Amino acid sequence: MYKILIATRYLIRRHITYFAVLAVALCAFIVLVVMTVLTGLVSDFKLKNHLFTGDCVVGTKTLVGFTYYEDLNRILEQADFIESASAVIQSYALVSPNWTEQGLGLEIMGIDPVRHSMATGFGETLYYHKNNVSEAFEPVFKPDLLGCVLGVEVGNRLGNSLAPQRDPRGGYFYNDRFDESSVSVSCVPLTARGAPAKADLGLINTLNFYYSDYSHSGLARVDGSLVYTPFDQAQWLCGMDGPLKRANAIHIKFKPDVNLQTGCKKVALLLEKFKQEKADEEQAYLLDTVTVQSWKEYRRAHIAAMEKEQTMMTVLFGLVGITTVFIILVVFYMIISHKSKDIGILKSIGVSNADIITLFLGFASSVGLIGAAIGAFGGWLFLRKINQIEQWLFEHFGFQLWDRTIYAIGDIPNQVRFTVLAVIILSAIVACLAGAFIPSRQAARLNPVETLQVSQL
Amino acid sequence: MIRTEEIYKSYRMGATKVKVLEGVNLTVEKGEFVAIIGASGSGKSTLLHILGALDRPDKGVVKFEGRDLNSFSAGELNRFRNKMVGFVFQFYHLLDELSVLENVYLPTMASKSVAGWLACRKQAKERAKELLAQLGLDERADHKPYQLSGGERQRVAVGRALMNEPELLLADEPTGNLDSVTGNGILDVLEKLNKAGQTIIMVTHNEGIAKRAGRIIKLIDGKICRT
Repeated sequence: MYKILIATRYLIRRHITYFAVLAVALCAFIVLVVMTVLTGLVSDFKLKNHLFTGDCVVGTKTLVGFTYYEDLNRILEQADFIESASAVIQSYALVSPNWTEQGLGLEIMGIDPVRHSMATGFGETLYYHKNNVSEAFEPVFKPDLLGCVLGVEVGNRLGNSLAPQRDPRGGYFYNDRFDESSVSVSCVPLTARGAPAKADLGLINTLNFYYSDYSHSGLARVDGSLVYTPFDQAQWLCGMDGPLKRANAIHIKFKPDVNLQTGCKKVALLLEKFKQEKADEEQAYLLDTVTVQSWKEYRRAHIAAMEKEQTMMTVLFGLVGITTVFIILVVFYMIISHKSKDIGILKSIGVSNADIITLFLGFASSVGLIGAAIGAFGGWLFLRKINQIEQWLFEHFGFQLWDRTIYAIGDIPNQVRFTVLAVIILSAIVACLAGAFIPSRQAARLNPVETLQVSQL
Repeated sequence: MIRTEEIYKSYRMGATKVKVLEGVNLTVEKGEFVAIIGASGSGKSTLLHILGALDRPDKGVVKFEGRDLNSFSAGELNRFRNKMVGFVFQFYHLLDELSVLENVYLPTMASKSVAGWLACRKQAKERAKELLAQLGLDERADHKPYQLSGGERQRVAVGRALMNEPELLLADEPTGNLDSVTGNGILDVLEKLNKAGQTIIMVTHNEGIAKRAGRIIKLIDGKICRT
């Protein structure tokens, strides 16, 4: 009990302790704010990738695609662990607006909008057809025209003045006047062997599409380079509509209670069985390149960069933690050097070395706990208001943490996670204990006779 | 009560070995008030520290009620310092962060676990208040040491030393930092305690003060010359 009493009094009465508490509080504040924002950005980015992909993708990286996708799609949809599956065509195309000869090389994705919305978050990314996805490819101004959905930034890239404009806060202004212009989409159709299907004729397949909607997935690369078209038209453009039709991938959504890894393993088993069944069929060799990937594996190249940044920041803040340890070590050396007389007194009344160490470690953990609590509370308050603060800074000084016209970031993530908070508080206490351990051990080893000598006073 | 047999103690000061005690034999019976006198550096404080198990002799035996202190484990030595002896130092050595009352009951608190302290804290506080009343400090219980005079601080130190009702009270120059009037007040307290049965060993360099004790032991160059 005396340890609690003395540690508390040291904490209150020794002003140098306030510096230690302040150092811990500042570290906890910085780590909480940065980790919350960074973790939020990574989680948000992962969620957007998840919504874009669905849970799992069965597909091939080749532009040729694979055959019998309809049979495979049917088998997958009948599986008890799968909620929906959507076959897609993926390729590259030359996209040219009708008012200019200049076009852009973009990616096209042929989808059935209803199926794709069931397997992925596609429907939620639309602006005009969010509530009637089945009409996603029907232009609002004339539904019988052939429509396409542009990534929200594609219109700007194509130089369309009526395309949605990004506001400084990261949202989009959609023009009241609907854009009635069109684009021509040209693809090089490929044979099942991967050769240009019309090479001898020197022809490409071209279709004209009107803008029916914009898709805002929140993924900069997707929103800036993807054009969604109806499945059948994309299949024709890519030359995959022969007697043996082909597709590039099937996006799958699992039932809610299905674990991602388990679901992917089950899909892999179904695919293997399917490949065996089709082994003797025509063009069955195209199935050899078909693999199963979870959404994380499928989008690995994009997610990994973000995760690497998160790891780097964690390492950097590990170094901040080490600095805290040294601050605590110095502060405790100073405190203990001023308290050697007290240690002598305590030993003269029978306090053991272990109890002296416990007393100072208890003192250190109090510094850690109070510092971390103050820092965490301050961090939480700051995070609650971070978007308002940024807004104010932007309005008055033109400062933004991220330039929203460049980065696909909306509000700054500010949801404090309990695990992050617990880890920060525990780390602060451990850092304080680590910093105080050596001085505490030295304090315990002090010879009481020497510390109580008149010459030492 | 306490007996030393051929106590030797030396310290190293740089390359030089300073012999402080050279074969000290001493016996103090229960209820005695013994004063150890000697010039500065004669080894009297060192002897007191060895008697109170704050220090160990290089050679020789210290027996407390027949038990050799050298055979005590670290835990037993801590208990010995907590229960069997009480120290009064020249410079009072009170904890500045605690109140007078807390300083007095600190030895009891130090000997108990949290649960043990919670169970006995009322009695301990009562005992500490009684001691402060006996020492004329009942009005000062909530003050901090820096708010007291030297004499008052020394009386608080006496109260702390007596808190666990030790068999032996060890006082190292208890009046050395006080004026004569205040010093006499402290000696009156010690005399009163001795009359009540408390065994006291007091170290002083002042023969006049030593005369207040029942027996005087003179230490010269680490040896007992007169008893």
